[in-house]
Amino acid sequence: MSEKLTPETDLTKPVTPVSRQGKTSSRVIEHFVAPLEETPLAAIDNVDETAAPLSLWADAWRNLRRQPLFIISALLIVLVLVVAFVPHLFASVDPTSCTLNDSSEGARAGHPFGFTLQGCDVYSRMIYGTRASLLVGVLTTLGVLVVGGTMGALAGYYGGWIDTVLARLADIFFALPLILGAIVMMQLPAFRDNRSVWTVVITLVIFGWPQIARITRGAVIENRNADFVTASKALGLSRFNALVRHVIPNSLAPIIVVASISLGTFIVAEATLSFLGIGLPDTVMSWGNDIAAAQPQVRNNPGVLLWPAAALSVTVLSFIMLGDALRDALDPKARKR
Amino acid sequence: MSNHATGGTANPGAARTDDVPLLEIRDLAITFETSNGPINAVRNAHLTIMPGETVAIVGESGSGKSTTALAAIGLLPSNGRVSGGQILFDGEDIANASEKRIIELRGNSIGMVPQDPMSNLNPVWKIGFQVKETLKANGLAGANSKERVAEVLAEAGLPDAANRAKQYPHEFSGGMRQRALIAIGLACRPRLLIADEPTSALDVTVQRQILDHLDRMTSELGTAVLLITHDLGLAAERAEKLVVMYKGQVVESGPALEILRNPQHPYTQRLVNSAPSLASRRLQSQKAKDALAAAVAGLDTPLDDENDPAHVGKAPTDAGLAPSSVPAAPAQPVRAARPAPNGERKGAQAGETILEVKNLTRVFKLRGALGKSTDFKAVDDVSFSVPRGTTMAIVGESGSGKSTVAQMALSLLAPTEGSILFDGVEVNSLKGKALFDFRRRVQPIFQDPYGSLDPMFNIFRTIEEPLKIHKIGDSKSREKKVRELLDQVSMPASTMHRFPNELSGGQRQRIAIARALALNPDVIICDEAVSALDVLVQAQVLNLLNELQEDLGLTYLFITHDLAVVRQIADHVTVMQKGRVVEAASTDEVFSNPRQVYTQELLNAIPGATLLV
Repeated sequence: MSEKLTPETDLTKPVTPVSRQGKTSSRVIEHFVAPLEETPLAAIDNVDETAAPLSLWADAWRNLRRQPLFIISALLIVLVLVVAFVPHLFASVDPTSCTLNDSSEGARAGHPFGFTLQGCDVYSRMIYGTRASLLVGVLTTLGVLVVGGTMGALAGYYGGWIDTVLARLADIFFALPLILGAIVMMQLPAFRDNRSVWTVVITLVIFGWPQIARITRGAVIENRNADFVTASKALGLSRFNALVRHVIPNSLAPIIVVASISLGTFIVAEATLSFLGIGLPDTVMSWGNDIAAAQPQVRNNPGVLLWPAAALSVTVLSFIMLGDALRDALDPKARKR
Repeated sequence: MSNHATGGTANPGAARTDDVPLLEIRDLAITFETSNGPINAVRNAHLTIMPGETVAIVGESGSGKSTTALAAIGLLPSNGRVSGGQILFDGEDIANASEKRIIELRGNSIGMVPQDPMSNLNPVWKIGFQVKETLKANGLAGANSKERVAEVLAEAGLPDAANRAKQYPHEFSGGMRQRALIAIGLACRPRLLIADEPTSALDVTVQRQILDHLDRMTSELGTAVLLITHDLGLAAERAEKLVVMYKGQVVESGPALEILRNPQHPYTQRLVNSAPSLASRRLQSQKAKDALAAAVAGLDTPLDDENDPAHVGKAPTDAGLAPSSVPAAPAQPVRAARPAPNGERKGAQAGETILEVKNLTRVFKLRGALGKSTDFKAVDDVSFSVPRGTTMAIVGESGSGKSTVAQMALSLLAPTEGSILFDGVEVNSLKGKALFDFRRRVQPIFQDPYGSLDPMFNIFRTIEEPLKIHKIGDSKSREKKVRELLDQVSMPASTMHRFPNELSGGQRQRIAIARALALNPDVIICDEAVSALDVLVQAQVLNLLNELQEDLGLTYLFITHDLAVVRQIADHVTVMQKGRVVEAASTDEVFSNPRQVYTQELLNAIPGATLLV
């Protein structure tokens, strides 16, 4: 390819030192000088000392707190968190005290959403089910961040064979559909016999990490050759420390965005697995289990299915909205000043 | 406004058609709507272009020079609008003309050559197609469009134009792409050509060829040119008339040479004084000037050495202190009078070689077709040595291998062959602790002030980082040191709490210098450290570097493509071309008596160098 290029300077030609004299016009050109008071001459390149200092996060926060999308999703998430931590503040009825007398009863005072087939209070179960769903979502996200983040950061930063091996490994897991893989996993004796929140989390982490790994890898590759990384290496910082101190903090923004969106999808995945009867055990109250239990009655008593499903949707939606709002606020292109 | 212009329109019978301005901008105001409220980018701008005349708008980034020109062709960004004044093209106000009318004018009445040749050609279409597109849009393609395309390209100086038209932009070098863009701009024979920094992205020698060609073409065709540039020397050389803009206003306008030789407005004076292409000698700090005066008076000038306690772990030794070592060599009074570095390290003596590069070669493997790789010698048998306390400049165009040399000198890249001796020790063999110590003594400053500071670190953490890495002092003494360093680079201490995105390019570069100074290095390697900065800021940073050199006895390895900057800062020059050293001598010698054709070519290409005599 390079031989196709014509040389820009033909050095075989002798150089005649041209003393270029500039152009003069035959026309009369007025010499205009602006009065000095119109444009006061500022000191060269002075620092504006009045503005408040702003970090990436402070800037993002300033941006976020004016966004309705963020305000709504944050309020909802706070509400969900409070419900998960202290459910008894919201529901006075014990969700496990069920009497068949109340089977499929409608709403009445103290029981706003009516009763399930087993005679349990729907509202109370919805409130108490929050904890398991949220726990699975948060733990899975943390697990995925640790596993996927580490894998992606190492692959992106060191490149070479590490990258090749880790990237192919991620591709293999990426190729397996989450639900299919999870069904197989949960059928393994070790998992089937010890079903708990943890088995669900482990399964979801195993099939969920490649997505975060990819995002991390891309963000790390973008930053690993930045001048500030080279500069800190030239200062004597070791390669690994440069990754931890400079590359990863600068790669966090897209990872946080993806993590908050996938938190929602992990809650959905838990509900799906529980619905299929391979997720959380029946002893754990969760929206997925309740939806599964309500399924046979969907035509004559849809409310029993509707309420846990609505709680699930609102929670997931608020995490996805939060992710969207974060993406807007952390977008580096929007930060140019 | 220009008197003769209004006079011309008042007596149309008596006026030559020549005397009616082609483009006249009157009291133009341009406003941008931003999220922080409207910004007046341009105020009260006025300029007149007569037919066939070349007018240059000069100003630093953000001065409104491009915005003014873009308004004339109706290409303001969507959040910008003309909020006042008139743009008269041939007597017709086009400031608020309809989209349809503007499109009619574009191409065949007003052409445009954009700034960046790399991004302004569509990579998926052949060059010929892109030229034809312009011709078609203006109904000038005719029956035999292919021939016309080749003709247009040949005019712009592309050899073998018919075949070139069949190639894609990636097959063209930067200079050729710019030629293609000029061909597109002039294809429809516009009466006015707006050239927005047409050569800023190109090497100096290519820049000169392109501008020469543009000159020739436009004078043959009688096209008026509105040249936008940040380079005062270039503007003065290429235009009859200069318009100097500052903060959105025209501060001075008039005949180019007159403004250059006799600038009236203080801003223009500042600009003329600091334009590197017009400088004729090395920078001198006030201290050096005093020293010179003292030396002349035959006085002893003891230098106050900077015994500051925060230079932790470095007990200042007076061993290298050789105040007023002034063997007044008549040929180089300036050089001789520069005070010897008040060396903080033992054995530091001016003249002793601190960095020596011997037969340095670096080969890169280029991936070819079918997995075969070919060797590419980026650096080929390069040798030079840098005496302590002086500045060595490595000059060359893009691809000459100068930055690769810098990388190897920083020990960030291993040489294929050859050696680099730092203070007599082979850098390449350094490992572990020794390498760690070497890092402390050699520091880089990079070109891109936007990329070299971690955006997540505030300024305090940025400057503190080297001290922390090398475990120097406790948090209190480190903070004190950071304050001192900020003071050394003339930044207020309050900057500590700011983040890089709040600072301008020049300010960031000063922070980068402060970080490099934190460890009291011996050598600082500046890789195009001032290339990305505006002229005035560049001069400020160069002055700072020069003063620091004198105060701290620093040695600089200065990598640059800009010979004009070399003259201001360097003591010795190594000229590189295609990986090889073609000329090496002292700065004065290279400038007064260049031996190689290539060096002459480079020197010749400095715009405006001959105008100020």
